[in-house]
Amino acid sequence: MPQRYVVATAGEIPVGGSKAATVAGREIGIFNLGGEYFALLNRCPHEGGPLCKGRRTALFESKRPGTFTSSRPGEILRCPWHGWEFDIRTGRSYCDPDKVRTRAYAVTVEPGRHLVEGPYTAETYSVSVDENYIVVEV
Amino acid sequence: MIAPEKMETVLSLSHGAIDCDVHPALANTDVLLPYLDDYWREMVQIRTVENLDLNSYPPAVPLSGRPDWRPPRGKPGSDLGLLQRDALDAFDVRCAICNTLYGGPYLPNDDFAAALARGINDWIAKEWLDRDRRLRASIVIAPENPELAADEINRVAPDRRFVQVMVLAAGERPLGKRTYWPIYRAAERHGLPIGIHAGSSFRHPPTSLGWGSYYLEDYVAHAQAFQHQLLSLVAEGVFVEFPTLKVVLIESGITWLPAFLWRFDKTWRGIRTETPWVDRPPTQIVRDHVRLTLQPVDEPPEPARFERLIDHIGSEEMLLFSTDYPHWQFEGSDVFPAGLSDQHRRKIMIDNPLQTYPRLLEARQEAVG
Repeated sequence: MPQRYVVATAGEIPVGGSKAATVAGREIGIFNLGGEYFALLNRCPHEGGPLCKGRRTALFESKRPGTFTSSRPGEILRCPWHGWEFDIRTGRSYCDPDKVRTRAYAVTVEPGRHLVEGPYTAETYSVSVDENYIVVEV
Repeated sequence: MIAPEKMETVLSLSHGAIDCDVHPALANTDVLLPYLDDYWREMVQIRTVENLDLNSYPPAVPLSGRPDWRPPRGKPGSDLGLLQRDALDAFDVRCAICNTLYGGPYLPNDDFAAALARGINDWIAKEWLDRDRRLRASIVIAPENPELAADEINRVAPDRRFVQVMVLAAGERPLGKRTYWPIYRAAERHGLPIGIHAGSSFRHPPTSLGWGSYYLEDYVAHAQAFQHQLLSLVAEGVFVEFPTLKVVLIESGITWLPAFLWRFDKTWRGIRTETPWVDRPPTQIVRDHVRLTLQPVDEPPEPARFERLIDHIGSEEMLLFSTDYPHWQFEGSDVFPAGLSDQHRRKIMIDNPLQTYPRLLEARQEAVG
């Protein structure tokens, strides 16, 4: 049965920003993409590199040698250890999206007045009814 | 010579195969004189370029001619009758692709090199292809001037007996460079694969470390020249720009391929943004576009290990039957390494060559019709 955890206040992670949080013994990275939140296990499936410390880039593609296109700025996470790329929205790798992926978790933004009713775990948060919170389902 | 009692075995093993690599030899540059125009005929005569053999395979080196395939006089491979008897008849092949190895097209003078390539193509058509319906040939080009090379492809390609364009494994630059693309554009347009044959114009040392001392070093290190060319072709995006182009590695050996591809894929994963046109693992691109001839096969000592190697390559579509006549790569009729299934052997002999060289298929249909 997945548990839901409060990991941040809604204002805490700016657009384009991220935060690492330890939830149920796992380190998870929470990312703000243009106001949408996504969460990934902070562990590269290749050698265990700390993904959240990686560079965030656009998706670079090409239709022909010598031509370059750039899309989805900030949505690709490049592992700081060996450079494998992961889609922040899904956790899938570029190199082998079906087999090589890091765990992605569902994220919601919840008003504090819902949270105080439970059943949520706020490991380090005292939740106020007046604020909005980022909740990860693990 | 193959003893009559052995002949039967040979027939049953390779009957109907397509031999993707045999070598008619030019006795010397004078042979080309009738196929050169006045000016280049004069140049051949006054510049004393009577012999422009490739340095890798001097005729006297044992590898250059199997003892039982050597003619009484002259270079191995220079006699049509012997090629018919020892290669075409002995292995009972449906057809064989002539790859003429000669240094002339790699002369530093672009125009002279191109003239000799033209001469070789006209010579092979008249003196070999016209005299045995089983023979096909690669178009020889002087690749260091790609515009002239493309002209030559366009000139010769209407003769459907030419089924491929051939270059040496080591020329002046990595073959993926855009400089060479006019060659690929012409080849793709005519449905001709690019055959990359072992050999060097020796513009560079045969190893990336510099000059060695022995043929042993040149021959073993040559696998790396093939690796560099594959790297270059994939990394530069040749198969993206020319999506129907096929490349055949001729006499490259095959055992290095799986380890090379593992390394290629692994490294690509981390730095693929450098070459974003390489949008899938290099192994997949190589499996789709690249083929390798069988002989000389660098097989491991135990057949079981060869089976594992085939498993590592992960495809039964990649190998093409070849004897490498008249080069000395195996004894008697042992052209196949042990450890190949019957089905895989059939693919190597027939299906894979027909898939690789569409012009062979045309010829078959004509023959049937």
